[in-house]
Amino acid sequence: MHRFLFQITLIIYAISSVGFIVQILTLRKDVERVCMWFLTAGFAVHTLAIGIRWVAEGHTPLVNLHESFSFLAWAMVGSFLLLQLGYKIKSLGAFLAPLATMAMGASSLQPAELIPLPPALKSLWLPVHASISLLAEAIFALAFCLSMMYLLQERQIKKKRLKGIFKRLPSLDTLDIMNERCLKVGFPLLTLGIITGSIWAEKAWGSYWSWDPKETWSLITWFLYAALLHQRLTVGWRGRRAAIMTIVAFATLVFTYLGASFLLSGAHSYATWFE
Amino acid sequence: MRPGSNKPRIFLLGVNHKTAPVEIRERLALKDIEPSPLELFSNLPCCEETVFLSTCNRVEILASSKDHGDATDMIKKLWLEKGGLSTANLSKSIYAYEGRQAIRHVFRVASSLDSMVVGEPQILGQLKEAYRLASKAGSSGLILNRLMHKAFSVAKRVRTETRIASQAVSISYAAVELAKKIFGELSGKKVLLIGAGEMAELAAQHLLTNGVDKIIVANRTLERAVELARSLNGTAICLDEIEDALIEADIVISSTGAPGIIVKKEQIQKIMRPRRHRLLFFIDIAVPRDIDPTINDIDNVYLYDIDELKDVVEENKAEREKEAHKAERMVEAEVIKFISWMDTLDVVPIIQKLQEKAEKVRLQEIARSQKRLGELTQKQRDALEILTKSITNKILHDPVVCLRKGLTENERDQVLAITCRLFGIDNGNNDKA
Repeated sequence: MHRFLFQITLIIYAISSVGFIVQILTLRKDVERVCMWFLTAGFAVHTLAIGIRWVAEGHTPLVNLHESFSFLAWAMVGSFLLLQLGYKIKSLGAFLAPLATMAMGASSLQPAELIPLPPALKSLWLPVHASISLLAEAIFALAFCLSMMYLLQERQIKKKRLKGIFKRLPSLDTLDIMNERCLKVGFPLLTLGIITGSIWAEKAWGSYWSWDPKETWSLITWFLYAALLHQRLTVGWRGRRAAIMTIVAFATLVFTYLGASFLLSGAHSYATWFE
Repeated sequence: MRPGSNKPRIFLLGVNHKTAPVEIRERLALKDIEPSPLELFSNLPCCEETVFLSTCNRVEILASSKDHGDATDMIKKLWLEKGGLSTANLSKSIYAYEGRQAIRHVFRVASSLDSMVVGEPQILGQLKEAYRLASKAGSSGLILNRLMHKAFSVAKRVRTETRIASQAVSISYAAVELAKKIFGELSGKKVLLIGAGEMAELAAQHLLTNGVDKIIVANRTLERAVELARSLNGTAICLDEIEDALIEADIVISSTGAPGIIVKKEQIQKIMRPRRHRLLFFIDIAVPRDIDPTINDIDNVYLYDIDELKDVVEENKAEREKEAHKAERMVEAEVIKFISWMDTLDVVPIIQKLQEKAEKVRLQEIARSQKRLGELTQKQRDALEILTKSITNKILHDPVVCLRKGLTENERDQVLAITCRLFGIDNGNNDKA
């Protein structure tokens, strides 16, 4: 059942991605409304799919790559919808929905069998650490999309090409402010994710910090975001420079999330747990 | 009658933003002198009618006179003398037009075709004010009254029938749209005006209605800055204080008549840190430009000049030229109409003289016949009066109608001369005829 719902979700996300891209090209209000409905419906189905899987598995479905990708996509769409309640940045959908669809696609490529929880992961800290970290990642994904949009729009205004995409994107200040808010929410979550992970590591392996590759890269990522936040708050960094920095930090985050799982081996590697 | 043409002729002297820098224009504006420039020039014997126009971008003297001989030189001499300038280096700055050219120039100015920003709406109001002062002082008469009224109606036609006017409005609209794409909300934003030009005022007003918080006006003459700041509810500063104002401002509109760059790149690079890298949007509507174009290369700084703003409006150049062409054609048509009206003016005195002469003859002949007719009753006297009057009127009717309406421009002078000869009238134009 949850697999069927998962497939439905993937299809709905894909459709709304295409829809949002059509919307940004044609600026049609009706397309925009339909897309929002689709995405909201997809989110509901996705929530149901995760819920059913949770019940079927008997533990939080955040254990393997399939589940974590799926949760990441869910969190991204969720935070986007939440953002739309307060600020109407519809064009963000054309960037975020494809990204979420990609995460879902990646998830669907991973083995999706229900698995019993490995003993090392049996702890209350698992859902806490994993969900907080993934939530931070989803919010930084949002910041990444906003930064891409900022760079696009900034280039249009700087080069004085005021047609096409220029009309579709929101103002620079709006994008920058949203980006900063994402950073201010995402950074504490990232910090909390690392702290809870460290506590859990102490419980599971008896050491708070063992410099495994994922831990090291998490720290690097954390420093990048910390530097960005610091520059923003003290020197008043903003605009293009902040957007580039956000993109660099997000690339590092993605590497931490994926690279450390696939390329480097260590306690965090989802791959190794199930060998 | 004195020798010389009795045709009234219109002539105009002036400087504008294209021919003279702001320093010269300001001196020639003859502010705060006694008597006022209008009085000064209308006292000249060569200025029977005078209108004096002074705006930020132009100062012009419009006059009309029958005896205009070396009027241009006289006015120029007096003007430069009062403005404290020497003739030598200014002969090129001051343009002088006569007749058709002068009429065309007035119409073009009124229609805002000669403005720095073509189509800007303020000039018409300024011209109306100049005319109001002239008619209040009694220095405007038959010719200039008509010229001014025609100028206003041409301007109105150009405004409503071409899209010239919407361009100027659309430039300030474009500035606002662009500002919104940079800042999103304009509330809480600060605007710095460098130079208090007409277009800058228009853009500032537009920004104000879109929620801008505060306006700072910097101008070379503090007086004008204070004046504009008052009307925009802002604060005024001197031009050398702009560096501090630049730290505060979000949107800068520059429109000075200065010949060189006023805001340099190094200045802006220096202030970005104290600004905490806040976005800064420059709009340079001055010609020549006030703001170093390389400022656009600085991070978080955006510079648009007037042509780039025009592009925002998405009106292509060909279309703009087409509209300008249409406007010029309307002006030209009105110029021709006005000139033919002016030409009927020298017909009028001849017709008058013709009628005077006929009346004189009639009265003389009645007086001569008085003895032979003997004592007449009142009734008979009245009948005689009516009889003689209707004879002279009937005879003169066809010539008068012909003179008034039937002449083409080419034959006019000739026919007028012949008329004078046939009827033995002195038309005051003997040397020509």
